Amino acid sequence: MKNTITIENIHKSFGKLHVLNGLSLNIENKEAHVILGQSGCGKSVLLKCLLGIFEIDSGEITVSGISVKDKSQSKEYMQKFSILFQGNALFDSMTVIENVEFGIKQSLKHKHLSDKEIRSIAEEKILAVGLQDRVFDIYPAEMSGGMQKRAALARAIAVEPEILLFDEPTSGLDPITGGLICNLLKDTVKNLGITSLTITHDLRVAEFLSDRVSVINKGQVAWIGHTKDMKKCGNEFVEEFYRASNVISARK
Amino acid sequence: MIATLGEYTLASLREIGRISAFIANGVKCCFTPPFYFKEILRHIISIGFYSLPIVGLTAIFVGMALALQMHVGFTRFNAEGAIATVVLIGITRELGPVFAGLMVAGRMSSSIAAEIGSMKVSEQIDALVTMSVDPYKFLVAPRIIAAVLTMPILVFIADIIGVMGGFLVATTLLDYSTGSYLAQTANNFELWDVLSGLFKAAAFGFSIASFGCYHGFSSDLGARGVGRATTSAVVASCIGILALNYILTTLFFGA
Repeated sequence: MKNTITIENIHKSFGKLHVLNGLSLNIENKEAHVILGQSGCGKSVLLKCLLGIFEIDSGEITVSGISVKDKSQSKEYMQKFSILFQGNALFDSMTVIENVEFGIKQSLKHKHLSDKEIRSIAEEKILAVGLQDRVFDIYPAEMSGGMQKRAALARAIAVEPEILLFDEPTSGLDPITGGLICNLLKDTVKNLGITSLTITHDLRVAEFLSDRVSVINKGQVAWIGHTKDMKKCGNEFVEEFYRASNVISARK
Repeated sequence: MIATLGEYTLASLREIGRISAFIANGVKCCFTPPFYFKEILRHIISIGFYSLPIVGLTAIFVGMALALQMHVGFTRFNAEGAIATVVLIGITRELGPVFAGLMVAGRMSSSIAAEIGSMKVSEQIDALVTMSVDPYKFLVAPRIIAAVLTMPILVFIADIIGVMGGFLVATTLLDYSTGSYLAQTANNFELWDVLSGLFKAAAFGFSIASFGCYHGFSSDLGARGVGRATTSAVVASCIGILALNYILTTLFFGA
């Protein structure tokens, strides 16, 4: 039950556009789960429904038994998560260390940490993701995409989440930096011993980060399994997705 | 034709409803903790300190032009002696607050809408939600508080500079005696003239911050969406200022 994510028959529409059509999924505690699908298939919408940013039209999402709809427990619900956004979502008006400190101050209020303790945790996490102390006082706009991704990861892990969400973690990065970030994410999840949910359209990222993969098509889970079984899983869409991903890799 | 008119009316009413709900929520957040004092200070500096040069320049030119116009007008019926009084009342009651408000609206309302719109596009607002931070309390309340506190100070400075502008033109170009101009200004000074302008300024600050935040929050995604939001924010806050100016003038000085 602890940190188990249960998504049952959820629907989400924007006007006449039905994005999620009865999607169901179960993610176990400490599982590294990856959601794979084409661009525009509703992966990011699913993530925002999970976080309560979008209200689901029907169905149910629970995490450790707490419903996303239960407003009385919304703080407890949200405290379980931390997310690495596709575009990093670092606050432009704050320096790197202020970004990490802000996350700690807001998410770990119940711990009543002193400013010195918050500073110390922030510094430790920034260094832990492979950044140097010279980035503490610079603004996100002054850093490269890879450095921003690391800083965003530092902010995400600094709040002691039970579930880490990664939205297209390698998007906008070159293959070498993307590979480094993937390694960093895998190590981070392993070291923290927590549940992770990654959203991606990149099969190689899915292969590298996942214990299990869910492939989404037409707003539903088309297939769940291990990436090694995708090639001959019997689902036409999943096999096509696998073939297309490998053709692109071969062309590269 | 009637159907189109009906749709347009309904759309307008929906928009008014959305703006009212947004502003009501923003005001509520100004009075309920947590308060982000660092953010309030940041916006006080941004809205107040950095707007000083443009507000000062506007005020001095308005004061100078007003003195010249009054001189031309008043000489037609030999009432040149009233220039100092008219400049004083004109600047403190009307032109100081309105021009400062419009200049700050042009500068800040667009900036607020662009900043919040960009934050929306780059998922920074979603990031706040995931940290259990109420975006209204973090983004809207500090800007409204900062604008309402800062605008009266800006307008007070604009009043002084504007009256000085009138004085400079009257005494250097129009050959008014320094002593009599200053004496007339002092004799006709009424505290309520200045205070009414400062009340107006606070209301204008509220309009600037509220419309800036509303259009930032409701901006469409993409550069075009943010661009449209900034334009709408400036237009809406300027209209808000002019409408509020009329309402407050009627309240303060109406029959």
